[in-house]
Amino acid sequence: MAVDVRDAGSAPSTPIWLDARYRAIFFQIALLVAVLAFGAYIFHNTYDNLQRRGIASGFAFLGSTAGFDIIMHLIPYQASSSFGQALLVGLLNTMVVAIVGVIGATLLGFTVGVARLSRNWIVARIAAVYIEVIRNIPLLLQIIFWYQLLGKSTPGPRNSISLAGLFFLSNRGLYMPAPVTEDGFWLTVAAFIAAVVGSVVLARWSKKRQEATGQQFPVVLTSLGLILGLPLLGLLVMGVPFHWNYAVLQGFNFEGGMVLIPEFISLTFALVLYTGAFIGENVRAGIMAVSHGQTEAAYAVGLRPGPTLRLVVIPQAMRVIIPPLTSQYLNLTKNSSLATAIAYPDLVAVFAGTVLNQTGQAVECIAITMAVYLTTSLSTSTFMNWFNRKMALTER
Amino acid sequence: MKKISLIAAGAALIALTASGAQAQQTLDAVKKRGQVICGVSQSLPGFANPDAQGNWAGFDVDMCKAVAAAIFGDVKRVKFVPTTAKERFTALQSGEVDFLARNTTWTMSRDVQLGFDFVGVNFYDGQGFMVPKKLGVKTAKELKGATVCTQTGTTTEQNLADFFRANKMEYKVVAFEKNDEVLAAYDSGRCDVFTTDRSGLAADRTKLKSPNDHLILPDVISKEPLGPLVRHGDNNWGDVIRWSFFVMVNAEELGVTSANVDQMKSSANPEIKRMLGGEGDFGKMLGLDNAWAYNIIKMVGNYAESYEKNVGPKTPLGLERGVNALWSAGGLQYAPPIR
Amino acid sequence: MTTAVETGNKADLPPPASTVGVVGWMRENLFSSWRSTVLTLLAVYLLYVAIPPLLQWTVFDAIWTGNEAKDCKLPDGSAKDGACWIFIKAWIGGFMYGLYPYDLRWRVDVAAVLVLLMFAPLAVKRLPFKNIYGVAVILLYPVVAYFMFRGFIDFPLSDPQSTTHPWRVVETSKWGGLALTLLIASVGIIASLPLGILLALGRRSHMPIVSTFSVLFIELWRGVPLITVLFMSSVMLPLFLPEGVNFDKLLRALIGVTLFSSAYMAEVVRGGLQAIPKGQYEAAMALGLNFVRMMALIVMPQALRYVIPSIVNTFIGLFKDTTLVAIIGMFDLLGAIQLGNADPKWLGFGMEGYVFAAALYFVFCFSMSRYSQHLERKLHTGHKKR
Repeated sequence: MAVDVRDAGSAPSTPIWLDARYRAIFFQIALLVAVLAFGAYIFHNTYDNLQRRGIASGFAFLGSTAGFDIIMHLIPYQASSSFGQALLVGLLNTMVVAIVGVIGATLLGFTVGVARLSRNWIVARIAAVYIEVIRNIPLLLQIIFWYQLLGKSTPGPRNSISLAGLFFLSNRGLYMPAPVTEDGFWLTVAAFIAAVVGSVVLARWSKKRQEATGQQFPVVLTSLGLILGLPLLGLLVMGVPFHWNYAVLQGFNFEGGMVLIPEFISLTFALVLYTGAFIGENVRAGIMAVSHGQTEAAYAVGLRPGPTLRLVVIPQAMRVIIPPLTSQYLNLTKNSSLATAIAYPDLVAVFAGTVLNQTGQAVECIAITMAVYLTTSLSTSTFMNWFNRKMALTER
Repeated sequence: MKKISLIAAGAALIALTASGAQAQQTLDAVKKRGQVICGVSQSLPGFANPDAQGNWAGFDVDMCKAVAAAIFGDVKRVKFVPTTAKERFTALQSGEVDFLARNTTWTMSRDVQLGFDFVGVNFYDGQGFMVPKKLGVKTAKELKGATVCTQTGTTTEQNLADFFRANKMEYKVVAFEKNDEVLAAYDSGRCDVFTTDRSGLAADRTKLKSPNDHLILPDVISKEPLGPLVRHGDNNWGDVIRWSFFVMVNAEELGVTSANVDQMKSSANPEIKRMLGGEGDFGKMLGLDNAWAYNIIKMVGNYAESYEKNVGPKTPLGLERGVNALWSAGGLQYAPPIR
Repeated sequence: MTTAVETGNKADLPPPASTVGVVGWMRENLFSSWRSTVLTLLAVYLLYVAIPPLLQWTVFDAIWTGNEAKDCKLPDGSAKDGACWIFIKAWIGGFMYGLYPYDLRWRVDVAAVLVLLMFAPLAVKRLPFKNIYGVAVILLYPVVAYFMFRGFIDFPLSDPQSTTHPWRVVETSKWGGLALTLLIASVGIIASLPLGILLALGRRSHMPIVSTFSVLFIELWRGVPLITVLFMSSVMLPLFLPEGVNFDKLLRALIGVTLFSSAYMAEVVRGGLQAIPKGQYEAAMALGLNFVRMMALIVMPQALRYVIPSIVNTFIGLFKDTTLVAIIGMFDLLGAIQLGNADPKWLGFGMEGYVFAAALYFVFCFSMSRYSQHLERKLHTGHKKR
């Protein structure tokens, strides 16, 4: 059980059971045996239990017909699809919430973090109250609260709140026009890709030029022009090859268009609000960690407060902010599993919920769900570690 | 090498001790414990519902009590374990409960694949729809494009998909984890339609803000034979549950009730005599006392009594007997004879 | 010709009116630039939109007196505008104790008073044997609380005393409300501390197998959401056990919560271990202490002291996370609120229940986080003095 294996104690007279090196080896073998035996015990019990009760096991069920519908699916899915496809639908729904949530929470968090340190008294107070209140109330409660509030404060589809006859908000969700592409839309897509690639090249070139000559090039404006202009050109050349599919009230509900279901809206809103408060605190701590001398130096060379924050303080604060930011992103992804409380069809609700119940194969379903989250978590933290190293390298 | 053999030895040792325990006969275990453990619904008025004092009552609860009466002659010797739709099967598989009396539909996959035995059908049900009256819907065929609320982990989700697919109608489904959540969502207008077994609809309608504004549509879109179930493989235990139920049905058919069971003991009818232990050793066959059936009828009542008390027309659920009437009255309830 | 030359100092002039007093403060803090002015006006508008209706609903229009749902309703049956706080009043017992038998709730109260009495001496600064007393209380109290909650005498169901006796057993499925929330959170944190310490030591160990297992264990639980852990413990754990062995539903949930929080605890403790200078280890080894004594006498006391604020923060997180047991069908505070919301007598007052729960959680978590900040400051000044 030695933490430090050294040769100091290994005088020839030391008996073998007192030698730290041998004890370490023995201890590790004992642990390995214990863990393996425990694993074997669990496996044996489970196998025995399943066998004796004639419960099917294995992953063959992933290919059989699911037989139930899911309200929100980003890939084609119907009741005749397989359980495997249902898994994919749930996973994608989780991903959508996570991605929208991460973007929203980052924007909100940075705004709040900066506002918390604002010299404007009332703005700083509001930010502080928001952070304290939101952080100290359980997320599940908040999700349910917003879901109930949304359900209570929106009218039925027949009396929905309409915006310009294009957007309709009701207790069935937010309906909006959906673009439908026609032949020839490929040029727009191609133009967009070309514009993005062009912007990246442009940015590199201008950075090189600035380092060499000190001359600046309006990269942001040019890139924006490229990214908006080229696809537009592509559209016009092919004669605007798409049309809008409008949502129309028909029978019980709206038909056509795109919809954000209330479950998605309230879940994402609650996650953004909750995680934003935590990110706000991280951002504040990060900014406070940047020495005040940096701000003063920036003012001394004539930068105004805005550019000072953007060009001097935030880049240095980022190094402090990124590690906790990573764990907030992971938390948000994991917290999206609370969707199951408000019937948003995420991975847990669909797979560890409905599929588990339809098939009765608890071990397989829970194991797959956990494995998916584990993979997501580990890959996110690997990426953020890489990003963190990249940021840290700029230190001189 | 030494390491590996050590590990193997350790694992084998543990495996040996674990497999030493042989599958125990459930009835013996129950008798030894002095209590039967019965898995029931969490809160389903009329079927299994605790009151403010925590006393359970309902149609499924009576099934549990009947088994306790048969084994111990005491309806209090039962522990009720409320289970969610998700937990119920694992609870039974793992031996946490001795049997389930929990509004569970008898399907082939559950019977065969999940390793259970359904011992009978104590309630013939079917899936139905409830809609607000103001929608003006008269039949399920008019539900094209509707949003439907349901509970996950039940057969209803699949039946729903089948029904709409068969009728080539579009629909949207919102599936919640708990029944109370489904109900709250339906009540708040998230959905146009609430679907579950018709008995459940009747029970849940009583929980709505204004029950009279809602209508249960006449359509029945599925067969839902609900019944108690046990683990596969312990046939004796399955027999105890099965015949406890059949006694209640037979008692109704023979006109034996909890009120007249004492007089009936001296009846000349050989069927009644056999049932109440006057002739033959039918209780002993099951490993029980010969007064088992007498105890069930005396303490719980016959099928009709339990039905009328918990779910019948005079209760808030107001369910007519319908297909659950005796076969002799045009229904489906039919129990094999005790002989 | 002489000119009068003033000598000596003149008295300071008062600062300009625009830089002192209320006006000065406002110029400084609210209207220092046009940007700031715009922000201030926006913020004031935001408050104007949000605060009055909120106060209207929670206080001025709220219904405070009465006993029945109809006191909160207009004659036509629709709910009145304000919050219906009578609902909370009617259900407060359920929210605090869940389905715990009405006549036995005093036992939970006694357990709550006991926790205050037993832990109160720890607030005394110079209590003799404070550490020993502290450890004893932490180990002893759960046992006491368990028997207060559960009772002592398990009557057979045929015995009439099984429904009347003051010390009869109350099954765990009836425990609930705020009491259950506190119970799960405290057991989770107390049980996860030793496990967390072991894992943290294991992760920092030089023994490859030990550290690999520790890292795997920690990362596994930290990588998955708590809800999947709870699902696992509620539907999978029974299959892991040999036939005939069963864990109570509450115990299963506690196992899940403990495993989950021990991984987080391990990372907290590891942070504390990393903050201990190497000299401390070397000094301990130079004294001839073995590993266990070095850790128990030298390293851990310092490391744990250092991470107390983080432990409190972990506890706050766990306290909030206990709400998830409501999803697996237990009646903690949130579960009890939902139980109340489903009460046919009180339909339509769900918002009031959630707002009440939010306020309760906020009071608990906010005061704990203030306490942790206070500890942090206290510990920091301690370091500065040295």
